[in-house]
Amino acid sequence: MPKDGVVMPTSLNLTARFFDLLLIVQEFTILSVQTVAGLVRPPWYLREIMLQLDRIGVGSLFIVMLTGLFTGMVLALQGAVQLEPYGATMYVSRLISESVVRELGPVLAALMIAGRVGTGIASEIASMQVTEQIDALRAEGTDPIKKLATTRLAACLIMIPLLTIITNCIAILGGWLVARLYLAIDSYFYWTWAFEAIQLDDIVQGLVKPLVFGFIIAMVSCYAGFSTKGGTAGVGVSTTQSMVYSSILILASDFLITKFFMAFA
Amino acid sequence: MIEYANVWLSLGDRLILKDVSFSVQPGETRVILGGSGSGKTTLLRLALGLYRPDKGTITVVGQDITGLRERDLFQVRQQMAMVFQDAALFDSLSVRENVGYRLWEQGLLSDEEIEQKALESLRFVGLDDILDKMPAELSGGMRKRVGIARALASGAKTLLYDEPTAGLDPINTCVIGRLILRLKTMGVTQVVVTHDLDTAYRVADRMILIIKGRLAFDGTPDELRACDQPAVREFLDPSSMPSEWTPSPNSNGISDEPLLRSIASPRSVS
Repeated sequence: MPKDGVVMPTSLNLTARFFDLLLIVQEFTILSVQTVAGLVRPPWYLREIMLQLDRIGVGSLFIVMLTGLFTGMVLALQGAVQLEPYGATMYVSRLISESVVRELGPVLAALMIAGRVGTGIASEIASMQVTEQIDALRAEGTDPIKKLATTRLAACLIMIPLLTIITNCIAILGGWLVARLYLAIDSYFYWTWAFEAIQLDDIVQGLVKPLVFGFIIAMVSCYAGFSTKGGTAGVGVSTTQSMVYSSILILASDFLITKFFMAFA
Repeated sequence: MIEYANVWLSLGDRLILKDVSFSVQPGETRVILGGSGSGKTTLLRLALGLYRPDKGTITVVGQDITGLRERDLFQVRQQMAMVFQDAALFDSLSVRENVGYRLWEQGLLSDEEIEQKALESLRFVGLDDILDKMPAELSGGMRKRVGIARALASGAKTLLYDEPTAGLDPINTCVIGRLILRLKTMGVTQVVVTHDLDTAYRVADRMILIIKGRLAFDGTPDELRACDQPAVREFLDPSSMPSEWTPSPNSNGISDEPLLRSIASPRSVS
């Protein structure tokens, strides 16, 4: 609320917001550079990385498998409806494998992981921030960025591509279940066309995306956690922000990566 | 040991410290007194390099830390340990891991040696039977004592305490006071931020009083007791404050009669 009830002109308000946004971008960039630099500078906190690999990877396995399974099943049903007028229902596996490997697998897995892991990272760091544990780490001579952000980034960069591959496989398997049991498509035919459809650039695209998404999830969540203000209410705000901004950035970067591959592949 | 010279600091648009200068000598227990929000805790954070002053310098063991990079500050911080107001124990670690944290991070001792140090420190604070408990299972007083044990185990030569007795019952307050006194007799340099006057008088070699970010007093406990500056007297004996400090019913133009009436009137029971 402006002082003495004076309403700030909209132009000034927008300018202030623009500079706030610039400041956030600057802080985010500095945190990202320091976090990435921590990947190549000791100490590496291997025990903490192992713990995060377990939390992020093993902990998220069940939800990404379910996500993949139902995505593949729905794609088979919807694809069959679209292909039926052309008598091409038997080629549904081609549609499933291509769309899953290129787009749906990476994006849906990343969104699910952002919801489960990203919010967890943000709320954990935010709680540490408001209870002075981050300051205590610094006072103990530990770099909190290396200890908290770098370890989580490393775990995300390793586990999210692996989880995406699992999501893709389960989605194609889910599609096969519907194709076999509901659409009566021959298994040999399904799997042949499923593998035929996938080209090298699909695989590359399908692996570059989860790496970028892993970076986004880790860094947005860590930034939200470290920038927490305002006690326990701030923890809630940071957690929500991490989910919202991660999701938006995942979808926006998905478009940009796709565009990039279309232009250069 | 620690020297603050003409330190100014603002956080956001709020001026916290205004031209504060004092020093802490080796082996001295220095108490920082002041009301809530007067800038006491900020002084501890400045000594650790957690904040940087806008103006002035802070020297720790002869080294000006004001312009040091974060990486170099870690070396300075190794010489000090801080007991935070709410202990700031790491939630995900057990008491044993919390107490031995800095030693594990340094990697200079074997696991057995670190265990031994952690146990000795916990024994010193009378808590050697809670090694495997998690911070969430501890009471406020226990958390503070584990915080002190963590500071002791680190081998730091200077201990900084932020409100070590805040929110504790009289018995725990007495226990913490005794621990500080025991460390004082062992020659440990200590800086204690508090507004608990009893503990302050018991443990202090020298005291400073911060009022609204300015240094209002610097001297021994006896000198503080004898000090006749109005601002100092007001802090030491709030009942001597002039009557205009007490909010009168209509001092801000808004009557609090309706509120008082609602408190005083019997509630109707339906």
